Amino acid sequence: MGISVEGANKRFGDFQALNEVSIEVPNGSLTALLGPSGSGKSTLLRAIAGLETLDSGRVAIDGEDVGAKPAQKREVGFVFQHYAAFKHMTVYENVGFGLKIRKWNKRRISQRVHELLDLVQLPGLADRYPSQLSGGQRQRMALARALAVEPQVLLLDEPFGALDAKVRKDLRTWLRNLHDEMHVTTIFVTHDQEEAMDVAGQLVVMNEGRVEQSGSAEQLYEHPANEFVMSFVGEVNRLGDHFVRPHDMEVVLDPDERTQEGLVQRIVTLGFEVRVELVLSDGTEVWAQLTRAELQRLELREGQIAYLRPVQAKSFNGSSPSTHGASTPRGTNDGGDAGVPAAV
Amino acid sequence: MTANPASRWTLRVLGLGYVLLLLLVPLGFIFYKTFEHGIAPPLDAITSPDGLHALKLTLLTVAIAVPLNTVFGIACAILLVRHSFRGNFLIDAAINLPFAISPIVIGLSLFLLYGTTGWFEPGLAEAGIKVLFSVPGMVLACIFVSLPFVVRETVPVLQEIGTEQEQAASTLGADAWQTFWRVTLPAIRWGVAYGVVLTTARVLGEFGAVSVVSGSISGQTQTLPLFVEKQYENFNLPGAFGASVLLALLALTTLLAMNFLKRKEDA
Repeated sequence: MGISVEGANKRFGDFQALNEVSIEVPNGSLTALLGPSGSGKSTLLRAIAGLETLDSGRVAIDGEDVGAKPAQKREVGFVFQHYAAFKHMTVYENVGFGLKIRKWNKRRISQRVHELLDLVQLPGLADRYPSQLSGGQRQRMALARALAVEPQVLLLDEPFGALDAKVRKDLRTWLRNLHDEMHVTTIFVTHDQEEAMDVAGQLVVMNEGRVEQSGSAEQLYEHPANEFVMSFVGEVNRLGDHFVRPHDMEVVLDPDERTQEGLVQRIVTLGFEVRVELVLSDGTEVWAQLTRAELQRLELREGQIAYLRPVQAKSFNGSSPSTHGASTPRGTNDGGDAGVPAAV
Repeated sequence: MTANPASRWTLRVLGLGYVLLLLLVPLGFIFYKTFEHGIAPPLDAITSPDGLHALKLTLLTVAIAVPLNTVFGIACAILLVRHSFRGNFLIDAAINLPFAISPIVIGLSLFLLYGTTGWFEPGLAEAGIKVLFSVPGMVLACIFVSLPFVVRETVPVLQEIGTEQEQAASTLGADAWQTFWRVTLPAIRWGVAYGVVLTTARVLGEFGAVSVVSGSISGQTQTLPLFVEKQYENFNLPGAFGASVLLALLALTTLLAMNFLKRKEDA
């Protein structure tokens, strides 16, 4: 069931949470709403679920305008960041809640609940209370509860936000596998770009209540629509009007007309990757990402002078973004050579 | 502060001493005086027709006032916590009035309102309803004085549980009514229960407001606290003590019943 939102606006007092937001979520896809806190991503998700009413705009699920439908009639599964477990009910009762509301008989409920507990890998915990589960287990229980009623769409609001790093990684792999099996249209909200890129097929980047850009992880990374997207989906250095990814910063020892001089301030070895921090003559601090082999070949030391050559830079002046491939064939040169970064 | 054993002990002794001296000693003394000459004198007083009538009337006011204030209290707490609107704070403040105003004043205000020159008197007299010097007035007085307890105990619990569980229930297909019965009420039940116990205790023991509106007619409009006073005035000390102990036991039973239920559930 595809979801489409058109021209959504929502204001909380003076705060514009959603500003003319439109998104299209194809049937069966796994989409991430990505953005910093306060960007409106949770509000958008809640509006789709019917937990928030829009000031104006339209939400359609499977082509049907659901604006007038309350949450309980929208057939959406919703998973909350803090689980929203029914604390006075056992795991079994939690997962079976929606089925009981739908007046299934006991035998069918029991069958379905145990099926789901197997699916979320919590068999044997049916009689526990939520307080007796770990965070990861609680969130899987909440997911089973949402899936029990076979929702048309599954909405997850920062589902892994309250969990520690290891559990989080396991769960996101698990969620992706689950989606591959079930194919239920899924939207999940996150502020973690790595998580979004890891799990989702489609990303919608939001900022200050607006959609900045949507597309695949690769599209966003390679062709960001603006400065915000570029810096939000990955690391970035700013050189005047131009933006360069640290791995697109070549460090050389001999200057030429395209290089900039920099003083090596710090060299941080992070396993395979090496982070070289430099200060340019105008005081700009930048860093370059090198491999260990490159570092050894250059024999870089802290305190020495080196030269930077941006391999690929972007500028967002004017209406359309331009990409400057300065020296390699992989850079697409669609903006002319007007502002080669070295000239800054 | 708690790390220092000396100050910890001082605090304990002070706390215990305060409770012992000011609460337990007087109460214990009543028990002692009641059964000083055996169980017969207090029992006779309570099982006298007036005593039994007072007991029945007390239980009747509890049976009416407590459920009403419980339902109202829960509804009001939900209104205050879940639906913000202008004038919210006014209701919030008004709820506390019965705590702030002396029961005698409450009784007097009811007396004036329902008395022969009061606003409501003409209509009620026509309908043949007698409020003053009869059960309706006493129930009204009890409702008034015990109104805040359930609201006050429920509001913080409602605030604490938040709205996520209720929202989860609605996304799972539950309507507002189902959400209330299956999710909200179970989540706030101990707050409500505590409010009910306090309401019951207050209604059981209410003296001031009830004494003004009831006229305290033996065998007709006398609840146990009024009965205690009358017995005391008439120098029937065993009767006064017996009824007092009965009152204390009733309140204690409510309290213990709640603790028992809670313990049973936690186990």
